[in-house]
Amino acid sequence: MSQHEPLRLHVPEPTGRPGCQTDFSYLRLSPAGEVRRPPLNAAPADTTDLAYTLVRVLDDEGRAVGPWNPQAEPGLLRRGMRAMLKTRVFDARMLIAQRQKKISFYMQCLGEEAIATAHALALDAGDMSFPTYRQQGLLLARDDVSMVDMMCQLMSNGGDPLKGRQLPVMYSLKRAGFFSISGNLATQFIQAVGWAMASAIKGDTRIASGWIGDGATAEADFHTALTFAHVYRAPVILNVVNNQWAISTFQAIAGGESTTFAARGVGCGIASLRVDGNDFLAVLAASRWAAERARSNLGPTLIEWLTYRAAAHSTSDDPSKYRPADDWSHFPLGDPVARLKRHLISIGAWSDEEHAATQKELEAEVAAAQKEAERHGTLIDGHTPPLATMFEDVYKEMPPHLHDQLRQASA
Amino acid sequence: MNAPTQPAQVAPAAGEASPVAAGSRRMTMIQALRSAMDVMLERDPDVVVFGQDVGYFGGVFRCTEGLQAKYGTSRVFDAPISEGGIVGAAVGMGAYGLRPVVEIQFADYFYPASDQIVSEAARLRYRSAGDFTAPITVRMPCGGGIYGGQTHSQSPEALFTHVCGIRTVIPSNPYDAKGLLIASIENDDPVIFLEPKRLYNGPFDGHHDRPIVAWSKHPLGEVPEGHYTVPLDRAAVFRPGSDLTVLTYGTMVFVAEAAAQETGVDAEIVDLRTLWPLDLDAVVASVKKTGRCIVVHEATRTSGFGAELAALVQEHCFYDLEVPVERVTGWDTPYPHSLEWAYFPGPDRVGAAMRRAMEAA
Repeated sequence: MSQHEPLRLHVPEPTGRPGCQTDFSYLRLSPAGEVRRPPLNAAPADTTDLAYTLVRVLDDEGRAVGPWNPQAEPGLLRRGMRAMLKTRVFDARMLIAQRQKKISFYMQCLGEEAIATAHALALDAGDMSFPTYRQQGLLLARDDVSMVDMMCQLMSNGGDPLKGRQLPVMYSLKRAGFFSISGNLATQFIQAVGWAMASAIKGDTRIASGWIGDGATAEADFHTALTFAHVYRAPVILNVVNNQWAISTFQAIAGGESTTFAARGVGCGIASLRVDGNDFLAVLAASRWAAERARSNLGPTLIEWLTYRAAAHSTSDDPSKYRPADDWSHFPLGDPVARLKRHLISIGAWSDEEHAATQKELEAEVAAAQKEAERHGTLIDGHTPPLATMFEDVYKEMPPHLHDQLRQASA
Repeated sequence: MNAPTQPAQVAPAAGEASPVAAGSRRMTMIQALRSAMDVMLERDPDVVVFGQDVGYFGGVFRCTEGLQAKYGTSRVFDAPISEGGIVGAAVGMGAYGLRPVVEIQFADYFYPASDQIVSEAARLRYRSAGDFTAPITVRMPCGGGIYGGQTHSQSPEALFTHVCGIRTVIPSNPYDAKGLLIASIENDDPVIFLEPKRLYNGPFDGHHDRPIVAWSKHPLGEVPEGHYTVPLDRAAVFRPGSDLTVLTYGTMVFVAEAAAQETGVDAEIVDLRTLWPLDLDAVVASVKKTGRCIVVHEATRTSGFGAELAALVQEHCFYDLEVPVERVTGWDTPYPHSLEWAYFPGPDRVGAAMRRAMEAA
């Protein structure tokens, strides 16, 4: 007879569910300024402590403190502020457009705006990002990306550069260093590593930046990417956006309980950081550190960005069914826009008035872009691309069987 | 109808294939494939070759032997045991602008790469409206006849022909293998390149109990040293005939040839070479000429590529058919180890189908 108790299956649960408040102590935060900044050429194993602590620059009073303070020019931070606000305004407007049935589907990045926008400022022209569907900030941080084009993609209309083939938000814009978004999670992570390997094979100086969410780190492609990035010392930044939720699945189900996603990197021999993703200055500093390492042949860096998905997963989701409705207001890392605003005001580089004026200006800009995009049609117009586009680009040249099927479909 | 595959006759029609370079020698299919990669590594600095064991060692079938020494470790290198990683990295390299040629050690092992092939490589051009492409070539040895058991013998071609956006290519001899591989590497779409491993060293006709024939004794083992292509998406009449049409590819080309000789049936053997996009004109022309058709493949029967071929023949040649289309295939079982030759659709089974087709109607 066994001397042991019956075995039990452990199924992780979040501390908060609808009707009870989340205990965020599981996040294990570090005070701003406390975590050390290792030299650029630190050995991966020497970043182990950084995978379990949290790089933060902005303290609760909005001061920039500690070794990770990027000492950024106020002009750059104002640009970042504007990019975050633009992203938030764009999202809000497109959410309404979805409710008006002008677009079929939308995904906001509310609460996560600092990550993509600050990261974009740390990359160089020619670098390539392999994003998920929640890095629209990479595009909106750039002045050379047309919001009209983005909206035409969302509306799958005649101006859609992707010819209406992709679900809204699955942008592709090579010239802006933005790889085509898949809907199959994690696939782009290893592709980012492959792109970076290619850059190294060719003796180029460009680097790649791959993106994944906490939930999708459970996919094989995540682990494969880490292995390849380490093996070939690929010039790539491996970003894990830990926003706590994969639709209704808490990050502990992806394997975040009692450990961190950054720790995965150290285990694979990759320099790894765990960073406050709602701290614009920390995101900028960590992204620059990783980009400089990659560009200096020092290999990949994995960064876990700690943040919170403040909105629903998508317009098809209702998070009040699985988490406290007011969860975000209790999230200890706060709102990235409010935190940078406080800092900028404290250094005399911003004001409430300027904030309000910028917000208003961006709302007008976004509204004007939407008006322009709608001239090409919206979903409710029944405006679809020509039938032939369904059969184009399957192959470079249309093979006979698709010519035949196009003819049948046109009959 | 296209030129047969014999080198002497391949002197290509205009626009079909590039001129055959001077200087040929006898090669096995392994040497021909290696020569194709050698030629492309030499000609195009964007070509890279990687996969499990392909670097220093030169591959478990030796297809890449010597290439790392010649082109260096940044162009020919070993990869981790991760088929998903190999193809996923290749997609990223393709997006960068390279032309990666990757090896999956056995076709039986491609399954972890399915998502990267089906959802990524095959659709990247489409979903990005041409903004990004994946001009990758994924080589994989397939088929049985080497006592490989159920994990070293599979023929998964139908899993690829079902996917829109990729090409599925399978050569039957050294000459075609080199020309098709070069054409695949130069092609701007992703190509699945299946290599019938039982044909690596000789034109196996299915008589496993007879002495092995080497490619050095076969005219199709004569391969030009330099650059040439065999056109993709084009079948070849391997053996002209008037009694019936055999639609087949890979190892079964030689099995069908043996069956024709042994039965005395004057079979026209069409070697499809590219399974998809299919050379439908070549298929229809042959079946309309003979009025009889059997479809032969080594892969399992149900939902195999033979089902697609039979359906197409029915759609396009129904009123020309004297008898129903018959399929001769592997059985719907895993590939067994000890009963390999009971599984393999050898010349007896193919010959019996030929006789049935001739006796009916």
